[in-house]
Amino acid sequence: MSEQVIKVNEIKRKQGKPKGRVVDPAALKEVQGLLGDESRAPDLLIEHLHKIQDKFGHISSKHIVALASEMKLSQTEVYEVATFYHHFDVVKEGQTPPPPLTVRVCESLSCDMAGAHGLIESLKKALGDGVRVQPVPCVGRCQHAPVAVVGQNPVDNASSAVVLKAVEAQEIEAPVTDYVSYEQYNSGGGYQLYQDCLSGKRSPEELMSIMENSGLRGLGGAGFPVGRKWRIVSSHAAPRLMAVNIDEGEPGTFKDRHYLELDPHRFLEGMLIAAWAVGINKIYIYLRDEYAGCRKILQREIRILQSNRAAPLPEIHLRRGAGAYICGEESAMIESIEGKRGMPRLRPPFVAQVGLFGRPTLEHNMESVYWVRDIVEKGPEWFTSLGRHERKGLRSFSVSGRVKKPGVHLAPAGITMRELIDEYCGGMLDGHEFYGYFPGGASGGILPASLGDIPLDFDTLNQYGCFIGSAAVVVFSNHDKARDLALNATKFFEDESCGQCTPCRAGTAKAAMLMEKPQWNQPLLEELSVAMMDASICGLGQAAPNPIRCVMKYFPNELK
Amino acid sequence: MNAPANTISFSLNGEKIEALQGETILQAARRNGTEIPHLCYKDGLRPDGNCRACMVEIKGERVLAPSCCRAPAPDMEVNSDNARATAAQRMVLELLLSDMPPKEYKLDNELTAWAKKMGVTNPRFDPRHSPDADLSNAAIAVNLDACIQCTRCVRACREIEVNDVIGYAFRGSHAEIVFDQGDPMGDSTCVTCGECVQACPTGALSPGNGAAMVKPDKSVDSGCPFCGVGCQLTYHVKDNKIISVTGRDGPANHNRLCVKGRYGFDYPAHKQRLTKPLIRKPGMPKSFDMEMDPANFYSTFREATWDEALDFAADGLKKIIARDGKYALAGFGSAKGSNEEAYLFQKLVRTGFGTNNVDHCTRLCHASSVVALLEGVGSGAVSNPVSDVQYAEVVIVIGSNPIVNHPVAATFIKNAVKKGTTKLILMDPRRTELARHAAYYLPFKPDTDVAMLNAMLNVIVTEGLVDEEFVRNRTENYEALKENVKNYTPEAMAPICGIDAKTLREVARLYATSKGSMILWGMGVSQHVHGTDNARCLIALSMVTGQIGRRGTGLHPLRGQNNVQGASDVGLIPMCFPDYLRVDNPEAHAKFEKLWNTPLDNKPGLTVVEIIDAACRGEIKGMYVEGENPAMSDPNSNHAREGLASLEHLIVQDIFMTETAYFADVILPASAYAEKTATFTNTDRIVQLGRQAVTPPGEARQDLWIIQEIARRLGLDWSYDGSKDVFNEMRLAMQSIAGITWERLEQENAVTYPCEQEGDPGEEVIFVEDFPRPNGRARLVPADIIPADERPDEEYPLILITGRQLEHWHTGSMTRRATVLDAIEPAPTVSMHPLDLDEIGAEGGDVLTVESRRGKVSLFARADDGIPRGSVFIAFCYYEAAANKLTNQALDPFAKIAEVKYCAVKVHKGGEEPVDLGYHSESVVA
Repeated sequence: MSEQVIKVNEIKRKQGKPKGRVVDPAALKEVQGLLGDESRAPDLLIEHLHKIQDKFGHISSKHIVALASEMKLSQTEVYEVATFYHHFDVVKEGQTPPPPLTVRVCESLSCDMAGAHGLIESLKKALGDGVRVQPVPCVGRCQHAPVAVVGQNPVDNASSAVVLKAVEAQEIEAPVTDYVSYEQYNSGGGYQLYQDCLSGKRSPEELMSIMENSGLRGLGGAGFPVGRKWRIVSSHAAPRLMAVNIDEGEPGTFKDRHYLELDPHRFLEGMLIAAWAVGINKIYIYLRDEYAGCRKILQREIRILQSNRAAPLPEIHLRRGAGAYICGEESAMIESIEGKRGMPRLRPPFVAQVGLFGRPTLEHNMESVYWVRDIVEKGPEWFTSLGRHERKGLRSFSVSGRVKKPGVHLAPAGITMRELIDEYCGGMLDGHEFYGYFPGGASGGILPASLGDIPLDFDTLNQYGCFIGSAAVVVFSNHDKARDLALNATKFFEDESCGQCTPCRAGTAKAAMLMEKPQWNQPLLEELSVAMMDASICGLGQAAPNPIRCVMKYFPNELK
Repeated sequence: MNAPANTISFSLNGEKIEALQGETILQAARRNGTEIPHLCYKDGLRPDGNCRACMVEIKGERVLAPSCCRAPAPDMEVNSDNARATAAQRMVLELLLSDMPPKEYKLDNELTAWAKKMGVTNPRFDPRHSPDADLSNAAIAVNLDACIQCTRCVRACREIEVNDVIGYAFRGSHAEIVFDQGDPMGDSTCVTCGECVQACPTGALSPGNGAAMVKPDKSVDSGCPFCGVGCQLTYHVKDNKIISVTGRDGPANHNRLCVKGRYGFDYPAHKQRLTKPLIRKPGMPKSFDMEMDPANFYSTFREATWDEALDFAADGLKKIIARDGKYALAGFGSAKGSNEEAYLFQKLVRTGFGTNNVDHCTRLCHASSVVALLEGVGSGAVSNPVSDVQYAEVVIVIGSNPIVNHPVAATFIKNAVKKGTTKLILMDPRRTELARHAAYYLPFKPDTDVAMLNAMLNVIVTEGLVDEEFVRNRTENYEALKENVKNYTPEAMAPICGIDAKTLREVARLYATSKGSMILWGMGVSQHVHGTDNARCLIALSMVTGQIGRRGTGLHPLRGQNNVQGASDVGLIPMCFPDYLRVDNPEAHAKFEKLWNTPLDNKPGLTVVEIIDAACRGEIKGMYVEGENPAMSDPNSNHAREGLASLEHLIVQDIFMTETAYFADVILPASAYAEKTATFTNTDRIVQLGRQAVTPPGEARQDLWIIQEIARRLGLDWSYDGSKDVFNEMRLAMQSIAGITWERLEQENAVTYPCEQEGDPGEEVIFVEDFPRPNGRARLVPADIIPADERPDEEYPLILITGRQLEHWHTGSMTRRATVLDAIEPAPTVSMHPLDLDEIGAEGGDVLTVESRRGKVSLFARADDGIPRGSVFIAFCYYEAAANKLTNQALDPFAKIAEVKYCAVKVHKGGEEPVDLGYHSESVVA
């Protein structure tokens, strides 16, 4: 018999109220004030949690109770969502809320190489308890590594001194860069194509054929042919929805931010054209919470669009992410738009058939629709005529790491790593020898310099155990160790795993434990890797072993 | 052999097998004898596919597939036991095993079992950090070091029970099961239904008494003794004590249970069980306010042998008959006892005493509903089972709190709402937990049911929403009803009932026009001086809209006691023989005189409250009370206790020294539910078999035997050999169950009545063609507003609403002696709105005194903003602060039910703190 016997008469029961927490009237008033007369529909849970976090700097237990009551949800339904996302600070009774200012220092691959850890230590020492210094995963500014975000203000090429100055000056707002305005976009021929669609000068079938012929594949990482996706979704019964993914958070990727800060209306027009071609009346845009500047841009420009267009627009809803890499996975993003934890769905059924709110959904990475205008106006042959080493098309490579000129480099698909370094990036940093690279961010694997002449494109890297993903290229040198970078990537996956399935939830944690030991148990890591690749629900778990296997395969000397 | 047309042919491990439509690969494999490891999959729960232990290789697919979530396609090639599939399966088991604690919490740990089967031992990974145990809940031990994050508990709590307490919080390797906001389970809103424990594969959630590590001596399939839902369960017994309970797939519960049924099983083993017959010592006074200590009664009573006690009991009755006439006696039977016991008890009164002075606690409960139904429909039972809510588009729940009083029934209502196919309209002055799920919540003012319901009828009539054909063909007296509701416009009724006209109209339209609308109701409707009128309005609503006689429609008064339906059915009531044939109906009278071979009285007898009043007046001098506790359950307890005290001869047959027993002259120790094999009828008209699991303690005997012994001593020539014998006579007496055989009950455990011929399946939905009235039509009876008997005034300015609590059953005699239940709610409380508490300068936890014209009690304040302003709520289960000391015994003229839902009280801070709470339960030991 179990020794564990509960001493019932030792259990105290509070008599003064019903079980659990009751609604605090003052907290309820505060929440009602914040929500105003906005809908209380359950899919707005994350939006409403943001309101509370923004106002108070944290989300207290009594606000969770009040919000649950307002939205007719249970406490735990709100709590489990709030605690999933890293940008929500849930503070229970007796716990101390975080200080009003948080400095988020990125510790992912490029920033790690640029000295993030040292920066974190010195900032902690310098700022003390009055400011929270928080190591965070990739904030999408890798070309300016290391990066520290003061409040919402990103400090590029950060040093302790520069960050301290920003803190002292309370420079906490996200600056908005110069971009092609609505007027400029229009006078440059913008929205003409969309007009042509609406007025019948173009047909959906025509557009779908153009996109198919261009060979454009999804630029978020999965690479599904864009034209084919339009055709599939439009074949399912209305109503259909569109979900635009601007939550691509792969360490090393920043091209989405680049284009948004450059020419937002090119993206918006592409999005509207796609929706029109597929027959969609409602669009949800899901934007990484780390891109606060982009949020300002989009809010402003969508409003301008809505007030200036004579023709009726589809409903456009802008939703904020809340700090979860996994929400860059299409079905996890959809769960998040529905106000839930960002846990990927099992497929089948696929999102095109059963997606957002159970409807057929057209899901695209933002950059995939950014190119629609160019491809249609210039014709698919323009796109297919570009490319190198027998590959077709253009690719926006986000390049960072040990190169002289990191940044978004629009180059022919199929270009090799060496060519990219030499022709676009100004070569390696002085004193750094090209040693290896991540062709597709943390999840795309790691290749040695000796394999630096492989054309970089969809399908070309798979035989090496890698993939291009969102073309987030991180270059490292003889100053770096592949095994350390692989551990950085694995810890990233461990933090970002949604926790739903055993191979990923337990596998990433166990893998990190094994990789931290001086000697890697390679056979066990290989066995574990295979199980993760075969049995994880989504791409995170399936791809997480890539850096590990690549180190074992291509950098065996480091493991001796 | 040819495959049936609707199967799918596919290959598993090289062999061709057939899958049924809707089966997954896992289910098809299992049915064909191939076991695939699985942990997060459990029959009855939505498959989630998260553990990844059931991975199989499907030819042509890049990655492996979870067999629990994939349906086979024709000619699909599946491999569950090749190298690739088993490598994944075993790695999953190894990963999970590496984080498990060294000791087990459950004998049949599913992870341990699968690891053993798959040859996974000695995991090669370092373990995670182990969380601490959470033993804060009285019944459930939480040991998350054994949690494998399969989320079966989450689905059990969120999708089955819809209690929404368990969440899956945080992320990645930090993801964990939480209660509310990551609170200790015992501090959360958890209602301890135990569905999560039943779901947990590893024992991370397990019974707190360690029962999961004990191999029972036997497991007995039986039923729950508490409420009218009639859940089927299994008692696990060790050393003649029940150590745990699991849910069974009965028609009313489908494996679900509530905290009472699952964890309130140890009261039969409480040390205060009566084990020997007792006789009152001569000269020991009886007074309404005497001290009653159930642990210490040997100054008042002495032990006796059975013969002495039974002779004494019967002699006392015979003496009164001889001296004062047969009308000086009365009997209270039990709604918790079996059908067989109730049948014999009423037969004893009718053929042994010679009158119809027999009644039971239905009088305090649904008497008004039954009277209105008998009058309007011709039958007092429900038209559709609770489970029909899944077919209803609209469900009205009025004057009922099923989440507390019929918890498992409430889960089906919540399921239907959650599915999106059903809209719930909740009508209750108190905002209960069900309000969260309601599309419309109408907090109408207490006592204003008729105003609100007549307003709805007005809308239906004036807006042309009447089902003309149904009214024309199936009802009578519509014109009178139509005329009556003319002036009850929503605009006129809004200020009376406190619900705005717009809502009244919307709700009426919704109810009338839906494809299927169902009404469920409870004590809020029935326990008023106008309870019959209230029920008449509900009947009228269903009739004028034709929302009855089909699936997903109808009228369902939620029956409270586990066998109150059965007790009424077998005639344990003063105006009817078994099957509701009136005693003053010549045909019925002749039938039973013939069946029982003796002359019978044809005057309807007195009802429960009338009997107490007659006792006070000295007209009733002797009573036989079996399995009832009127000293706690009757209104105006002080007066009721005076009545009991004034009896010359009171026989009490019970399992504990209840408050009523303390007034007895002789006490006969009887059997608990788990100690007998007999039939019980639930609220859905389902007759179910309960089986004996443990033996009565000491010299306590079967109720059936005791009743027969008394009967024999009164000259009745009875020789029933147990429940089966009695049941077979019942079949001769009652057409409704004539077709049910004992053997069928033993085989199938449950049969719905009407089942008139052997072989009839049993009718779940009745009134399909006509109503059991002389002309087959339902009678519409108009109602007008009658105010409550005692309204608040300056001296007594607040309204008292009495009711129940989830953890305790009615007068508390059982559940206050169940360790877990009493631990969760050990003390009497009065619930008030926080602002009303402010006004008397009090806050939650303070001692308050509540007083009416009839009595006063002191108890702890509980702040609850669901209570309407100007009202207080007290549950009537605490003997230390008996709520019925305050209540009003004014009766509904038709049903003779007392108005315990409404009387006037005053409240002030302070008073004597209730002492010596409970019956001193000790720690739970398996």
